[in-house]
Amino acid sequence: MKRLQLTEIVRPQLLALACILLLNWFVFPGFFTITWQDGRLFGSLIDVINRGAPVAILAIGMTAIIATRGVDLSVGAVMAVAGAVAATAAVAGQPLVVTLIAALLVGLLCGLWNGSLVAFLGMQPFVATLVLMVAGRGVAQLITEGSIVTFSDPALIFVGTGSLLGLPMPAVIALALMLAAHLVMRRTAMGLFVEAIGTNRSAASYTGLRTRTVILTLYAFGGLCAALAGVIAAADIRGADANNAGLWLELDAILAVVIGGTSLLGGRFSIPMSVLGAVIIQAMNTGILVSGLPPEFNLIVKASVIILILVMQSDRIGEIVARRFARLKLRGKT
Amino acid sequence: MKILRTLALGASMIAICCTAASAAGLTVGFSQIGSESGWRAAETSVTKQEAEKRGITLKFADAQQKQENQIKAIRGFIAQGVNAILVAPVVATGWEQVLGEAKDAKIPVILLDRGIDASKDLYLTSVASDQVKEGSVAGDWLVKTVGDKPCRVVELQGTVGSTPAINRKKGFEEAIAGHKNISIARSQTGDFTRSKGKEVMEGFLKAENGGKNICAMYAHNDDMAVGAIQAIKDAGLKPGKDILVVSIDAVPDIFQAMAAGEANATVELTPNMAGPAFDALDAYLKSGKQPEKFIITQSKLYTPADDPKGEYERRKGLGY
Amino acid sequence: MATAEDVVLEARGITKIFGNHTALKGVDISFRRGEVHALLGENGAGKSTLIKILTGAYTPDGGTIELEGQPVSFTTPQQAQALGIGTVYQEVNLLPNMTVSDNLFIGRQPSAFGMVNRSATDAMARTVLAQYGLDIDVRAELSTYSVAIQQIVAIARAVELSGKVLILDEPTASLDRHEVEKLFEIIRTLKARGLAIVFITHFLDQVFELSDRVTVLRNGFRVGSEPVSALDRTGLVRMMLGKDLVHHNNGPVDGEPDGGDVLMSVRQLGLTGSVLPLDLEIRKGEVVGVAGLLGSGRTEMARLMFGIDVADNGALHIDGESRVVRSAREAVSLGFGFCPEDRKADGIFGDLSVRENIVIAMQARLGWFRALNRDEQLEIAGNFIEALDIRTASAELPVKLLSGGNQQKVILARWLATDPRFLILDEPTRGIDVGAHAEIVRMISRLREDGLALVVISSELDEIVSYSSRVVVMRDRALVAELRGADITPSRIVQAIAGQGVENVA
Repeated sequence: MKRLQLTEIVRPQLLALACILLLNWFVFPGFFTITWQDGRLFGSLIDVINRGAPVAILAIGMTAIIATRGVDLSVGAVMAVAGAVAATAAVAGQPLVVTLIAALLVGLLCGLWNGSLVAFLGMQPFVATLVLMVAGRGVAQLITEGSIVTFSDPALIFVGTGSLLGLPMPAVIALALMLAAHLVMRRTAMGLFVEAIGTNRSAASYTGLRTRTVILTLYAFGGLCAALAGVIAAADIRGADANNAGLWLELDAILAVVIGGTSLLGGRFSIPMSVLGAVIIQAMNTGILVSGLPPEFNLIVKASVIILILVMQSDRIGEIVARRFARLKLRGKT
Repeated sequence: MKILRTLALGASMIAICCTAASAAGLTVGFSQIGSESGWRAAETSVTKQEAEKRGITLKFADAQQKQENQIKAIRGFIAQGVNAILVAPVVATGWEQVLGEAKDAKIPVILLDRGIDASKDLYLTSVASDQVKEGSVAGDWLVKTVGDKPCRVVELQGTVGSTPAINRKKGFEEAIAGHKNISIARSQTGDFTRSKGKEVMEGFLKAENGGKNICAMYAHNDDMAVGAIQAIKDAGLKPGKDILVVSIDAVPDIFQAMAAGEANATVELTPNMAGPAFDALDAYLKSGKQPEKFIITQSKLYTPADDPKGEYERRKGLGY
Repeated sequence: MATAEDVVLEARGITKIFGNHTALKGVDISFRRGEVHALLGENGAGKSTLIKILTGAYTPDGGTIELEGQPVSFTTPQQAQALGIGTVYQEVNLLPNMTVSDNLFIGRQPSAFGMVNRSATDAMARTVLAQYGLDIDVRAELSTYSVAIQQIVAIARAVELSGKVLILDEPTASLDRHEVEKLFEIIRTLKARGLAIVFITHFLDQVFELSDRVTVLRNGFRVGSEPVSALDRTGLVRMMLGKDLVHHNNGPVDGEPDGGDVLMSVRQLGLTGSVLPLDLEIRKGEVVGVAGLLGSGRTEMARLMFGIDVADNGALHIDGESRVVRSAREAVSLGFGFCPEDRKADGIFGDLSVRENIVIAMQARLGWFRALNRDEQLEIAGNFIEALDIRTASAELPVKLLSGGNQQKVILARWLATDPRFLILDEPTRGIDVGAHAEIVRMISRLREDGLALVVISSELDEIVSYSSRVVVMRDRALVAELRGADITPSRIVQAIAGQGVENVA
């Protein structure tokens, strides 16, 4: 019973991913080739999970926020801030632990700021997080003084480019975070609280839920995820690029969550599905890169595929398909 | 009455002193776009250095990417009665009104780095680089370097549709046009950023037989090249040897790569737009000599032979 | 007295269907020149649907509308307005950040060569407002004035624009006594000018004070249309609540109402603008029924007890200890439960399963970390589905797919799962089918027998009479009567609501 339901939910997204991967294979036959090189796996598929990791991490934090009918537009800017803090700390010769703690703490503070505006001042999440989206990048630029702060701390660089068991570190981190977040949501009551608040906030408070505390916690976690993604992005290029780090990634993260099936109107959510959404987006990006299409087509291809996925997911299309199938089955019987 | 006359005399004498003197003692207003890139920051610091060198008092205003702030700043400069105004315009349109005010106040305006869509007599001159030239210098270097050998090039473009991306692509293509042995195998946008440069190069390497089919990588800016160099290294190849690396801008980090043998050539987009501007201004104020309407800065090629370590040291303090 | 020739607006056989719900069934109503016509009915009776049809916001599915003898059909409120029907809603829908004169004349300012003539507009505005006894700075922003003045501006605008029929939708809801009198004066002036005025209210006093004629709607039907002079308050309440009061007298509930220990006692508990200070004791093992018309303060009282609103007056004692209940969470931790009146907006989590809807309050009380696992949840939900006979295909079905009655049982189950001491049920039987209705009524009695304290708010007098140990009656935001024993009869309750003959009961 339980397993059947899971496959029911997963189907359109997995189908979409399979289609995109097949399409990639079609335009580039070497897409599925994976080799072992310098103690790590090497190939386009590995690129997909490696490059998709920052958006996946953002999406992990964003999922529960969106499930409460919120949104966090500031994650891209928080990435830049955290990257700038990490780079500055690394340049100052701080050990990795200190660098990481500093960056994550900054992300946590950003998240608490957003959460306070939303939960306690009752600001609309869109507006509340827009503040930090704009201001955050400015703060990052102040920290880096407008230039790219490069560092050479091998420990920090390992976070972005190293590998564990042959898998790229960013992907390993994203996977671990996904499992941890999923377990916390489903093994504690948090997931139920989030879905209750997202479904009907008024009813949730009548029920005696601490709606504000829950919302604050979610935004704080979102900030933490953004900081982690920011550290990875900075470590990947060995430098903090305040102007470009995480630029527009909040939109990719929201898209990943939506592709994963969490409604912007709140309610049900699934963190692993959002990660799958991020992988779908990145599979598309990587596909475009290896396809040899001129860059002018990037956005058109991306938009078309996304529309296709969302249409596949829509309830109405699902009903139509189900009805067709039912009819076919009937015909098969008679 | 007497006091009044003395005052008038004094005022006219000050006026004489200032118009007659050379650049030294001038007050120049500079409306900068902002600090959206390292190059922009370097341009600001070089402009300040050049002004100091010439004894010019520079009034600096950061517009934070907003034209309205630039217009406000220019009006402020006019009100303060500066001797000249430098503007790095954030957009091309909407300048007639405020530049007309400057013209009425007889304050010469010099555009830096970018052009505008307005009557040419609203400004004294415009100092900018020739982006097509930058691309062709990079292309010429590649042509000379590979000689007759076949060479498949991958190109990392700037942001799709942006002027520098279009021009730098065009110049490079023109330079390699007559040489059948050189072809652009793949071309994608890296949005002028390091991370996208790295990601796109990773894709290219996979698509071109692990990079073995690639002979050279041309990036529209150094930042993308720096990202691509990391991708080449991650793929187990040697940037600068297995794959030639040529890019544009000459930012400090590319010289570091060059010193390590990982980059082969870069074409300078000089942050020193103010130097030629001040020179033209000086000549104009001294002798009334009308400068050329468009002053093109030099697009200098740097290779490992040009003391990359030294260039890095010279540049790293400029705010890149 | 107005005669038939004075009829300005007449609607016949108005029917409106939303999906499978019939909101209005063949309603006839007519409005006459120089007459104030009160439109009454409980929530869901069809008042607002009728108004929306008369003002062109809805198109009727049946029936005709005649304006001054001519058949008309409007498709937009603008059309209705242009033909002479103006409306003023409870929330003033003017432009708060524009000036008073702009609000009065927007879209039709006197102008020359395309330029608005400001001083002429302002002068006109002053003239118009003077008719309403208002001398204010017409160039100030509307929002700088009180709601009462904004309301008068809205009325002035509607009269200026339309001038035949003026519909006032609960105009007094947010006004104080003095402002209400001022408003009534204006309405009387307009009436003298020959306007037909439609007046929607919940306050019976106002009906008798102001109206010439009253129409009562119930469940989409017109119950009756009478001259006010022919009615007394009791008769009117009877029309609204729809009880044939003669045949019902279940008698008081068995058992001693004052037998149990006092669970909660409130002294002068009140909240400005919401509930006037009231005293009440609630004992274990009794049901306190709360009767009163909509807007009488009955729901507001419940919200104070449950901490959704925080009282600014008086004290609340629980088990003899003084407490301040600042949030629903605190109330829940004291062992309270609350089934709200608006089940859909405040009660159910539509997309969540029956199981989740049942365990949520219990889980909220347990907290984040002491999570009930799936099997425990299923067991709890299963038990309550069985005990309350909740009709659902499975515990995993989204609760929104259940019928209203079953949804109500789910919410009840949610609170029973927390093992409460005190339950507040606000209109627990509204909008649910007959079978579920009877079950819920039985359940209330059973819970009382189990020793729970309950406060049940209901408009159904039979129902209240059948399960209440005591009945308190609310009127005009105040607790006006407390009925016990043999006094708990529908007719006594109606009298108390109407404000007649309660002196010897209270």
